[in-house]
Amino acid sequence: MLRLELRPQASRTMTFVAPLLAIAATVAAGGVLFAALGFAPLPALATFFLSPLGDLYGVTEWLLKATPLAIIACALALGFRGNVWNIGAEGQLIAGAIAAGGTALALYEVSGLWVLPTVLLAGVVGGAAWAAIPALLRIRFHANEILTSLMLNYVAVLLLAWLVHGPWRSPEGYNFPETRMFTDSALMPLLVEGMRLHVGVLFAPLVAVVAWVILSRSFLGFQIKVIGMTPAAGSYAGFGPNRVIAFTLMFGGGMAGLAGAMEITGPIGQLVPTVSPGYGYTAIIAAFLGRLHPIGILLAALLLALTYMGGDAAQIALGVPLAVTQVFQGMILFFLLAADVLIRYRVRLSLPHGARR
Amino acid sequence: MSEAELATLAAILAAMIRAATPLVFAALGELVTERAGVLNLGLEGMMLMGAVAAFGTAHAGAGHGAAMAAGAAAGVGMSLLFAFLALGLRANQVACGLALSIFGVGLSAFVGKSLVGTPIAALPALPIPLLSEIPVLGPALFSHDILVYASILAVPAISWFLFRTRAGLVLRAVGENHDAAHDIGYGVLKVRTLAVMFGGAMAGLAGAYLSLAYTPMWVENMSSGRGWIALALVVFATWVPVRALMGAYLFGGVTILQLHAQNWGVPVSAQILAMLPYLATIVVLVLISRDETKIKLNAPACLGKVFHSGR
Amino acid sequence: MSVPVPPPRLALKGITKRYPGCLANDGIDLAVMPGECHALLGENGAGKSTLVKIVYGVLQADEGEILWEGEPVRIDNPAAARKLGIGMVFQHFSLFESMTVTENVALGTGDPSPLPELGRRVAEVSARYGLALDPERRVADLSVGERQRVEIVRCLLQDPKLLIMDEPTSVLTPQEAEALFETLRRLIAEGRSILYISHKLAEIRVLCEAATVLRGGRLAGRCDPRRETAASLARLMIGADLAPPVREEGTAETGAPRLVVDRLSLAPLVPFATPLADISFTVRAGEIFGIAGVAGNGQAELLGTLSGETLVAVPEAIRIDGEAVGQMGPRRRRERGMGFVPEERLGRGAVPDMSLADNALLSAHKAGGMLKRGLIRFSRARSFAEKVIDTFHVAATGPGAAARSLSGGNLQKFIVGREILQNPRLLIVAQPTWGVDAGAAAAIHRDLIALAEGGTAVLVVSQDLDELFAICDRIAVMSHGRLSPAQPARATSVEQIGMLMGGVFHLDGESRNAEA
Repeated sequence: MLRLELRPQASRTMTFVAPLLAIAATVAAGGVLFAALGFAPLPALATFFLSPLGDLYGVTEWLLKATPLAIIACALALGFRGNVWNIGAEGQLIAGAIAAGGTALALYEVSGLWVLPTVLLAGVVGGAAWAAIPALLRIRFHANEILTSLMLNYVAVLLLAWLVHGPWRSPEGYNFPETRMFTDSALMPLLVEGMRLHVGVLFAPLVAVVAWVILSRSFLGFQIKVIGMTPAAGSYAGFGPNRVIAFTLMFGGGMAGLAGAMEITGPIGQLVPTVSPGYGYTAIIAAFLGRLHPIGILLAALLLALTYMGGDAAQIALGVPLAVTQVFQGMILFFLLAADVLIRYRVRLSLPHGARR
Repeated sequence: MSEAELATLAAILAAMIRAATPLVFAALGELVTERAGVLNLGLEGMMLMGAVAAFGTAHAGAGHGAAMAAGAAAGVGMSLLFAFLALGLRANQVACGLALSIFGVGLSAFVGKSLVGTPIAALPALPIPLLSEIPVLGPALFSHDILVYASILAVPAISWFLFRTRAGLVLRAVGENHDAAHDIGYGVLKVRTLAVMFGGAMAGLAGAYLSLAYTPMWVENMSSGRGWIALALVVFATWVPVRALMGAYLFGGVTILQLHAQNWGVPVSAQILAMLPYLATIVVLVLISRDETKIKLNAPACLGKVFHSGR
Repeated sequence: MSVPVPPPRLALKGITKRYPGCLANDGIDLAVMPGECHALLGENGAGKSTLVKIVYGVLQADEGEILWEGEPVRIDNPAAARKLGIGMVFQHFSLFESMTVTENVALGTGDPSPLPELGRRVAEVSARYGLALDPERRVADLSVGERQRVEIVRCLLQDPKLLIMDEPTSVLTPQEAEALFETLRRLIAEGRSILYISHKLAEIRVLCEAATVLRGGRLAGRCDPRRETAASLARLMIGADLAPPVREEGTAETGAPRLVVDRLSLAPLVPFATPLADISFTVRAGEIFGIAGVAGNGQAELLGTLSGETLVAVPEAIRIDGEAVGQMGPRRRRERGMGFVPEERLGRGAVPDMSLADNALLSAHKAGGMLKRGLIRFSRARSFAEKVIDTFHVAATGPGAAARSLSGGNLQKFIVGREILQNPRLLIVAQPTWGVDAGAAAAIHRDLIALAEGGTAVLVVSQDLDELFAICDRIAVMSHGRLSPAQPARATSVEQIGMLMGGVFHLDGESRNAEA
């Protein structure tokens, strides 16, 4: 029988080993999954994890997809540290895209270097404002932010759908539910000629550094951690939980909004009904997989971005459903949560009571 | 009212009950789970797996009974995954629940790919003799399928179990003070695992209802947030089964109003109207959470807390 | 032929229990005879609780043997213990607040009979043993003493042959304790055995006829407590003589009023909280002011308002050095020279999974100059923690050690030291030595006395009357959310304070009962 034994101090080694174990287990389970579907496991895994990175296009697409994940996850991690469960990043991303898109449409055919920063800023503000709703409801009415922020995801999807079907529909778009293509001054400059990768990728390390300073060096970050680990100690020390709730939710919302703004001013170039393949949800996984630590999150975002590409590749090469991406992402999170037990506990093999006497 | 108007009223009432039924199942299951002190946020994932399993079974030609059983079993299977992590390995319950939801959404879409767009025979209605003949009330209340009746009967059954039986007393005790329950000698993890499994079975049935009866087909993500709404309903119900039923019917009403509003010529676009159930959830949550004391008095004191027997 | 000697009701042989990094029980032998009240003595951390949890089946021994009435037995769980005839009253009650007395009894006994019938039996037993109880009341509405009665009645309903009581009087007034002893004597007269855990020597000497003493997880000795003195028992328990703290005549009369609480009232904020009614007292510079009382009489609520975690409507109801602070949070009160040591060390006074350096930052960030433009100066937090560890002799591996890894006594020394090194003008301490070993307790008492002698106003809230009498200049008593007038410690007896703890406030020479 397995027995869990509390360690006197959390194991630092296991903090790093657990995600690696989780990844290894996911790859193994993925192999089993492919085998069950009748594919040879190793080639199928190679298709999923390796083939997408075979050329420059693949690598640039990889970084393009990792960027929103990293930006959102770094910000969400601050909240998760403080026990603020913002799972509305998907909605905040969409709200940011709507605000940025609206600004870009308002500045249609306006030129100037200030246009793009304005559009991006609008995205940040839009996302933060969307996240301010659950923050306000939690602070003022004690309403659980998990449920309110999640409900707002559905509302945001519908709001975007309404806008692109109705008031913002492109006049020259043959009734397709989409806005006009934004003009050049509102589009992200490309980083590599001929590829979709844009300068926004640089925001990822930037946000990671900011998050790291907040988390590891600032008193605000200390307060977040104290409140997250031991609310009573935060109350004893006089740390206001409301400030932490408001800051972490709105920072998360702002960064999700930035990610949304960069999606529509980058690879998409207009507002369409679906601006994100679930980045807001996957970022939650990235935050956990990255140990709620900015450096870890950058790596986790790369891995999870790969699962999007792997899903595409597997759909084309093997004909499996695209949802294989979500299956892999879910498995990673499961295995990680399971492996995390090793951080706080030692697993001991123990004999049943009878044999011990 | 004319006869036609009465018939419309009956139809709307019946539709409301049908829209509420998956919420009733899911909320009641989660209510029992939470009464045992476990917060399982994975309802959405369990529902979807229940839906796809039930639909797949029916599509394969098995009877409706087998399909419902498959839905419940899929929910239980998913809930065991949660129980293993959150109870067995003492992982954070919030994170485990999120993982279950994300995984369930993906896995159900994955295994259900080939089922998209295929038809099955819907779960048949079983009008109750005599009662279904009553004007208005008959077609509104007594002409439903077996799952609707089951969801309604589950309310008194669960109330009786929780508040009138010794096993229910133990379950509530475990949710209120797991350390004391352990010291007295109750198997906290065993009780909780059973409660989580029950929650999984009910969520699975909720999903089965969606894909067998409510809209007899399989669509990716067809629960569209109902799992999360059910979670809010448990809070709204302050952990009392009959209030969960009332809350679910309220939401059924909102859903149906939203669907019918356009027929009645309300000049608001479909997307805006479709926001209503989600906005209503937020409003309801705010109204009930405003009174912190009320929540604290009713919430199981150990809800979401990790139990460690060695301390 | 002589009368055959009956086997001991319970005999333990070589019981050993290991935890990671510590040996909680090391080869313990113990025998309890029928009709005997047997004391299990030892200071905090000696291994008493572990041992009785093994007897009651909550824990399993790694080695050793349990004999019940001469027969070797295995006790896998509490249900097995109850089946043998072992009942246990826990120090931390195993009760369910939102449920009735009868429901609690049903849960605790596993008795399948219908609740109304069980309720009748509860009433019967409580009447027979003088343990007044209403079976229909909710536990949340009961006083601590009544809750203990629920635990005892729950055990008695199963007709136990051995009753284990873990520090039963720590939550009782002296008068309630006396009533409990009466009940226990009646049980012994019926031939039942009692295993009585305590570190209060006086009550063991009047109640028990045999004692087993544990020290550091080992058997330290066996004796007949009736033939020992409190001093000889203490030596056996601690293994050394401890000098009691010496409190010189304080400056209670002359010091400037530092903390003034003036007609403070507070409605309950959470379910089951005690409302505070019209509380007034003054703590002067250089004085140690004690607040006694049984837990649950409003101390937690009062401490919340004093620390600033609970704000009060009338700012003037709490004044520090004349300034109204009732609307100020903890950080602003700290800036005005207040230090605070909460009752709950791990999980309020310290973050368990953070290092001692981080825990220094928790409350000393301002006084220790550990911040600069919103960023943390880690070197200062570390050196502050190091200074606390050195000055107050905290046994820890260093400022990087997690708070969770310290023993209760050492963590308390760290927290008290952290507050003292911030040079507070006013220090509020809740349960300074609760669950702390004797050495650490003596050190903490010395530190508090030295602090007061340096001119700080010290407020101590404690359930331990011996402690209050040892270090305080004046003592007031909390009961039902009200505070009695303060009495000079030297001119008051334990009995008088005990009366006040029971809610009998002598005002203007006439006695009146505080409403229940």
